[in-house]
Amino acid sequence: MSGPDAPAHQRTEQLPRVFVGEERKELDAVLAKYPTKQAALLPALWIVQRKHGWVSPEGMAETAEVLDVTAAYVRGVVTFYTMYHQHPVGTHFVQVCTTTPCGVCGAEAVRDAFVKATGSKRLGETSPDGNWTVIEVECLGACGFATPVLVDDDFIESVTPEKVPGIVARYR
Amino acid sequence: MGYPHPPHPKETPVLSKHFGEADARTYGGWVQRGGYKALEQALGMTREQVVDAVKASGLRGRGGAGFPTGLKWSFMPKEVTKPHYLCCNADESEPGTFKDREIMRWTPHALIEGCAIAAYAIGAETTYIYIRGEFTDPWRVMETALAEAYAKGVVGPNAMGKGKRIDMHLHRGAGAYICGEETAMMNSIEGKRGNPRIKPPFPAQSGLFGCPTTINNVETLAAVPHILVNGADWYKAMCLGNPKSTGTKLLSVCGTIARPGNYELTLGFPLKDLLYDLAGGPLRGRRFKAVIPGGSSVPILTAEEADGTVLDYEGCVAAGSMLGSGGVIVMDDSVDMVYQTMRLAAFYAHESCAQCTQCREGTAWTTKILQRILAGQGQARDLDLLLDLADQMTGKTICVLSDSCAAPVVSAIKKFRPEFERYLTNGRRSA
Repeated sequence: MSGPDAPAHQRTEQLPRVFVGEERKELDAVLAKYPTKQAALLPALWIVQRKHGWVSPEGMAETAEVLDVTAAYVRGVVTFYTMYHQHPVGTHFVQVCTTTPCGVCGAEAVRDAFVKATGSKRLGETSPDGNWTVIEVECLGACGFATPVLVDDDFIESVTPEKVPGIVARYR
Repeated sequence: MGYPHPPHPKETPVLSKHFGEADARTYGGWVQRGGYKALEQALGMTREQVVDAVKASGLRGRGGAGFPTGLKWSFMPKEVTKPHYLCCNADESEPGTFKDREIMRWTPHALIEGCAIAAYAIGAETTYIYIRGEFTDPWRVMETALAEAYAKGVVGPNAMGKGKRIDMHLHRGAGAYICGEETAMMNSIEGKRGNPRIKPPFPAQSGLFGCPTTINNVETLAAVPHILVNGADWYKAMCLGNPKSTGTKLLSVCGTIARPGNYELTLGFPLKDLLYDLAGGPLRGRRFKAVIPGGSSVPILTAEEADGTVLDYEGCVAAGSMLGSGGVIVMDDSVDMVYQTMRLAAFYAHESCAQCTQCREGTAWTTKILQRILAGQGQARDLDLLLDLADQMTGKTICVLSDSCAAPVVSAIKKFRPEFERYLTNGRRSA
């Protein structure tokens, strides 16, 4: 198996080191904000994810090295927070809120519409073309604008199933 | 104002006065609207005077607990022997609540000013504003505003040119509801898993990096500049009900209702008026069935109970619930209470940090039992089992996440028991 859903140990590509050049400078600026190196861990992981698209084992090892903690410690933190991708995801990552306030307004139909419009086989599984991963998330904190959806870093309010194909088309 | 709706005459727009005005986001626009006068004023007062003014105003924490803000500040050591920290809780994640998001999106400088005043009052040189990872828009707005505040010398090594260091940093969360709990938030800033800490020690004694720390909600901090500029008495006079609940509160109305949105009300306002007059009442052809007045963690009210509820800290308790974060979740007669109770339990099961057994196992089993009932495989004793489980989840853990799961479950079973029983006898929602 290859492609975006390939297990980490079957990957053949070499991920570049993250904290060199601009990213190293960015990390130094982050470190200046905190009295401990460890406190830069969450921001550092965001940098890793931005550069690689996910937080790979190599990314975790490098983060551990630059922040003087163990790779196991970094993995413990990564697995606690749901927004760090522990495996590669599609080019576009869609998060649909289906918690109660949105749920009573029909959020589950919005979720299903995204799965259909993106050609994904099922929720959480990257589409065969590698372009889309759709997941269901808990409360996005915009309950008055049901249904809120995050497409990558774009926060889209008041999504209905009818609007989904148009939204998906914008990212093609 | 009821953003995204025009302001309603029954609202009291203080924090929300400039929502929707793009210009208010800029430093210049904010100064034009009277911004940063309060900070200048505060820096000319003693720390104690600022704390006393906030104490006298009656301001209470708007994140959910309702703890008196001035009193919380007064717990910080008088002598600064090691660094003091302020954390601004912008991890708004309580289902039903979306007010801090609008404060940050529209009036970022109000929050920066409030943080700067609070930091001065508690003797902190450093503030961390913890913004949940999903809030990409508020983050961008806050980042721009903070850069501007630094450039103008409002914050930084010589804040407002008054010789005080007030540094401020944004810290991005990464998807964990529990990090809105203050001790979990401190762990998260320290680069740890967001597990809540056992108290004591309380944050004012040993908090962030083991130093004295105060954690305040966005809405609480955004109210502080208004109190300093207009006076504690002005703030205290905004009260329609119990004198222990003063000032205005942003109520986030959502669910099955005609005009969802944020509405800023003087505390003591009738919930019925909010639901019908401001938020437009039920959707066409529907009736309200249940209302959760303070975010998903508080007990559910029936529509009849909601009609008699007064929106302040005491009024919501008297009605059998809590004001919490002010997230008003409305459910009409189309809603399957059993399904939505399961969905809420599933939320807490997903968000449990899993360090306490009662919470880790309790939230998971509550969800599984409710799913079993929904699948038509419930057993007659399941409701008692759920209530017993809820009892084991209440008051027995490090933080209140498991209590927050139990509260809506218990109240849903008590108040909508026939809906649960129909599933048990018929195997489905209706006969």
